[in-house]
Amino acid sequence: MSFRRSLLGATLLASMFATPSLAENTFNFAFQGTLKSLDPYSLNETFSLGTLGNVYEGLTARDQKLQIIPALAESWEVITPTQWRFHLRKGVKFHNGNDFTADDVVFSADRVRSEGSDLKTRIPADAKFVAVDDHTVDVMLSSPNPILHYEWDSWVIVDKEWAEANDSVRVTSASDQAATTISLQSNGTGPFKITSHDGGVSTSFESNTDWWNAANKQYNIDKVEFATVSSDPTRVAALLSGDMDLVYPVPVQDINRVDSNATTTTLTGPELRTIFLGMDQMRDELLYSNVKGKNPFKDVRVRKAFYQAIDIEAIKSKVMRNLSVPASLLISPFMFANADQFERPAYDPDAAKALLAEAGYPDGFEVGMDCPNDRYVNDEAICQAVASMLARVGVKVNLNAQPKAQYFGKVLASGGFDTSFYLLGWTPGSFDSWNILSNILGCRDEAGNGGMFNLGGYCNKEVDALAAQVLEENDPVKRLDLITQAYRITDDEVSHIPLHQQGLAWGVSEDVDVAQRADNVLMFYHVNKKQ
Amino acid sequence: MLAFIIRRLVQSVVVMLVVSLIAFVMFRFIGDPVDQMVGLETTVQERELLRQQLGLNDPLPVQFWHFVSKAAQGDLGVSYQFKRPVADLIGSRLPATLELSFVSALFALLMGIPMGVYTALNRESVLSKLFLTISLIGISLPTFLIGILLIFVFSVYLQWLPSFGRGKVVDLGWWSTGFLTVSGLKALILPSITLGLFQMTLIMRLVRSEMMEVLRTDFIKFARARGLTNRAVNFGHALKNTMIPVITITGLQMGAIIAFAIITETVFQWPGMGLLFLQAVQNVDIPIMAAYLLLIALLFVIINLIVDLLYVMVDPRIRIEGAEA
Repeated sequence: MSFRRSLLGATLLASMFATPSLAENTFNFAFQGTLKSLDPYSLNETFSLGTLGNVYEGLTARDQKLQIIPALAESWEVITPTQWRFHLRKGVKFHNGNDFTADDVVFSADRVRSEGSDLKTRIPADAKFVAVDDHTVDVMLSSPNPILHYEWDSWVIVDKEWAEANDSVRVTSASDQAATTISLQSNGTGPFKITSHDGGVSTSFESNTDWWNAANKQYNIDKVEFATVSSDPTRVAALLSGDMDLVYPVPVQDINRVDSNATTTTLTGPELRTIFLGMDQMRDELLYSNVKGKNPFKDVRVRKAFYQAIDIEAIKSKVMRNLSVPASLLISPFMFANADQFERPAYDPDAAKALLAEAGYPDGFEVGMDCPNDRYVNDEAICQAVASMLARVGVKVNLNAQPKAQYFGKVLASGGFDTSFYLLGWTPGSFDSWNILSNILGCRDEAGNGGMFNLGGYCNKEVDALAAQVLEENDPVKRLDLITQAYRITDDEVSHIPLHQQGLAWGVSEDVDVAQRADNVLMFYHVNKKQ
Repeated sequence: MLAFIIRRLVQSVVVMLVVSLIAFVMFRFIGDPVDQMVGLETTVQERELLRQQLGLNDPLPVQFWHFVSKAAQGDLGVSYQFKRPVADLIGSRLPATLELSFVSALFALLMGIPMGVYTALNRESVLSKLFLTISLIGISLPTFLIGILLIFVFSVYLQWLPSFGRGKVVDLGWWSTGFLTVSGLKALILPSITLGLFQMTLIMRLVRSEMMEVLRTDFIKFARARGLTNRAVNFGHALKNTMIPVITITGLQMGAIIAFAIITETVFQWPGMGLLFLQAVQNVDIPIMAAYLLLIALLFVIINLIVDLLYVMVDPRIRIEGAEA
């Protein structure tokens, strides 16, 4: 007994002394979601890609203002509209000591387009990568593509030799029955290495002292500890109690609480994601409505009436507690230079009523609405507000708010676009309008080929034609004009009802300096601990 | 006796089959796993291919048969989210849940029994009234509220205890324990109280009413008449006789503690099986959900079996049907 007790005592002492020395700066942060697989091509999702972006690097990167900057490629040039040349950085090493060369880029370009990859759209399927020499790569395209490299910051380079030696050539796909090495370990070129990873619980990172840019590093942290904390009150409590240096997202109702605490503050800003409402304009009769034999949403006057019936300022002040920016387009003004040419129609319930009467619904009608309740900031509350605003013009909304798993299972292609009226949020991954024109505004068939996230099936051939031109136009001025023309059409036709860009809210300890990127990505090299 | 155990084991297989069948029917209504596994830009064709590869397009009976035949060989499948065998995942999360459940059961017993005895013996005292008020709170407040309340008092205001997680754990190879480090022990306190409060209340009320009952019986009166000390009467005779129902209830509640640790684990982000299950529900991770439900069914079947056997041992007058067979 006494032996066991002394053993226990010794272990306790040992663990007390095992706490890291003060010379090291550890940065603790918590996020609501989890880091599932470490394979950087397994899941096209902001948090996974963003976090792995600290470990792996792409040919390009995005700076604090989200402008494209060189990373593993020092520079690039467009030799002809269909041939791009990338000059790779010399002297870069992977974490295991291997050299970074053109072969790794060619290998990664093949791997990211191979079966099982969730990032196939990063590179056109028929683009050819040619290693000119060890540090030069040419990309041959079949058609001009001015935004080829827009998403390459999140297409990161994997070491060819290491992947081949470790059974990791194949991408760990969603249907895999066994884990590959790359889904559990990492070997990138980035400023941080992963030292341990417990999927769904926590991940530890350590600064990479051999990083190629270490001489210019802007951060002073040596270790990063990430933990998933999914419960909102617990996450906020972890920040307030000092267990965490940074937590995100902070629920809007807790922002005051965090700000009023002496040692914590919130960083807020508009996010890139736009929240909008969509209407089924494809079916001849709505699935969830008391109007039979016709589809009221096919009439632009009804869509316009809905748009005018929504008091976006009330949603902003009451539901979002002022942490939102009302939108007039499906894209954030941050990513579209001509956004100021578009305005929301004024909130006018009387005009909305008149439009409904003109369209043949003087007493309004009933419609079912689908809404997620755990996907976007206050999503269900927004839908409830919309329902009560529409009630004022005589439209009775039967709200069906569900968790995201059920919601997406119902409204997306896999559920047969089973919705009449819905709320959705969208961020164009490329920060470019073409993504919206093709995914949200492009015509689709019943199976979802075409505009896959055009859940309401809005279709205008002119918009599709403009989108095709946008894809290939190399002249930025002409391109912007084409995009503006397309939005002009969709705005006039009220293809969707834009609501707002929701706000980002990070809770930060006073001991930490951090730059917040509008795409909600936390880069560890933007973190400094105050001494 | 052996025949009885064998028969019960056969029955438990039926119970588990029924549980997994019900689970499989329910999985139809919790959303599409593929939507949770891929990013937004994945095309319809790729999603369809994935669904095919995962066998999600097979008819329900076929899917159920695949699961049962594999589970019978000990293969519980691979998690959709983590790409790791479900058996490994559950194995790595089991210690967290068991340690938490053990400490909360201990807390419930060590607090519940003395409080029950005290309130039975000193019915009118102020302290008894206080204990009864606390027990009322324990029974009426939902677990997540108690957890959040404790976090705000002890982590945010007093900053004595961590607000979430297990602290530092020591990995013994097959078991990760929080008992050996200071931060691990500190991290156990709040979740254990949260999880055990209801059980503590239950035990305290049970001990109190049983004790009051026993104190009125003849043999206690005789014991007092014999001039035994209060201490010997109260603890040696009265308490001993109140313990039989307490043991039964505690045993049954142990299963409930493990199975319903989900809420406590979520509030404290405790990396146990309950949290794993909840994440699985949110992400439509069918293999984890199926395995967890199966495990919990097994747990209840085993606990019931043990309780039945204990009855016979405690009270030989209870006869087991078919024991002669």
